[in-house]
Amino acid sequence: MYEFEFEKPSTVAEAVAALADEEAQALGGGQTLIPTLKQRLAMPSKLVSLTGIAGMSGVSGGDGVVSIGGATTHAEVAAAAAGAYPALAALAGQIGDPAVRNRGTIGGSLANNDPAACYPAAALGSGATIMTSTREITADDFFQGLFETALEEGEIITAVRFPVPQKASYQKFLQPASRFALVGVFAAKFTAGVRVAVTGASEEGVFRWNEAEAALDANFAPEALDGLSLDAGGMIADLHGSKEYRAHLVGVMAKRAVAAAG
Amino acid sequence: MAKVSMTVNGKAASGEAEGRTLLSSFLREELGLTGTHVGCDTSQCGACVVHVDGKAVKACTMLAMEADGAEVSTIEGQANADGSLNVIQQAFQDHHGLQCGFCTPGMVMSAAALLKDNPKPSEAEIRHYLEGNLCRCTGYHNIVKAIMAASGQDVSSIAAE
Repeated sequence: MYEFEFEKPSTVAEAVAALADEEAQALGGGQTLIPTLKQRLAMPSKLVSLTGIAGMSGVSGGDGVVSIGGATTHAEVAAAAAGAYPALAALAGQIGDPAVRNRGTIGGSLANNDPAACYPAAALGSGATIMTSTREITADDFFQGLFETALEEGEIITAVRFPVPQKASYQKFLQPASRFALVGVFAAKFTAGVRVAVTGASEEGVFRWNEAEAALDANFAPEALDGLSLDAGGMIADLHGSKEYRAHLVGVMAKRAVAAAG
Repeated sequence: MAKVSMTVNGKAASGEAEGRTLLSSFLREELGLTGTHVGCDTSQCGACVVHVDGKAVKACTMLAMEADGAEVSTIEGQANADGSLNVIQQAFQDHHGLQCGFCTPGMVMSAAALLKDNPKPSEAEIRHYLEGNLCRCTGYHNIVKAIMAASGQDVSSIAAE
């Protein structure tokens, strides 16, 4: 790693001030950022840890919404959201491995927007609202492509508010070496309609499969997806799977998600 | 450089660290606790697992400064007060849960974290929990058996495949 300064502010305001420096970088749990720094793929002058900010961690709920602090670890979400939003807790409990889940945070995952990460599928599939140090951003506006989000320089995710659906499930086809999703599909049925979010598949990162949503609005059952297919153009191709394989897998995982949601 | 202080295996410990100093480097090079192994240094292998405030973490993927003020447990703190192996360590020995031993500190620390939350895990739960700990010698069977034995469960029915 290149050298950098380290700061651990105790309030959001202090963190925002610390991030005002050019080349300063926010640090969540570091489970992606630290490996990135080790490979010298980034050279921040200063890391600003967000894990010491009072009130930015934890799960709370009520009135059909689960609110999760930006610095909440995956392990905490897996445990504390299990009652209020089981599909979300199950997703958090499948990220990485136990030691990674004890450090990695929801805010870090969403801000990074890895095209194969799990949390973006939950946020987009739930129609979550990303609360930041300056504003509220809907998930539909937040994810803007490969590792791209609506966050401005120095803007911090303080919390994520998830509307709780009537039923939902996340089905992840595990890439066992990286433990990311080769393809993951989050399907959620709300009174207002069905949302289907797909991760791991598109070169543009997480996306909503609108055609599947329309079919499931009419009939929330796996067979409603029979005959639907995604265009393989724009899908990720790597040594683990071709574009066509991933496009096919999206359909399979979407059916499994609907079946598991019940 | 700045001073970093933490409680390691129940004793106050402090040393110098840069912003970029990893917890694994701090434990090994500053505190001389070389039982925490660095295998892959990419957070895959789990040889570096320690407990920070009671939670298993990969010490190669956490900055030392993030552990300032924390309670840290390493493999050096696992033995009983009289220096004998604790129940998990003894079970690893009894059931041949190691061969070269490089992964063993991380395996023992992960096993300890598992048994704290789940005192009687099933075989499947143990295998699931160890997904972030790689062993290239044993094929895992004897590690799983050791952890089941350490939790007081009968291991006679587990196949020694």
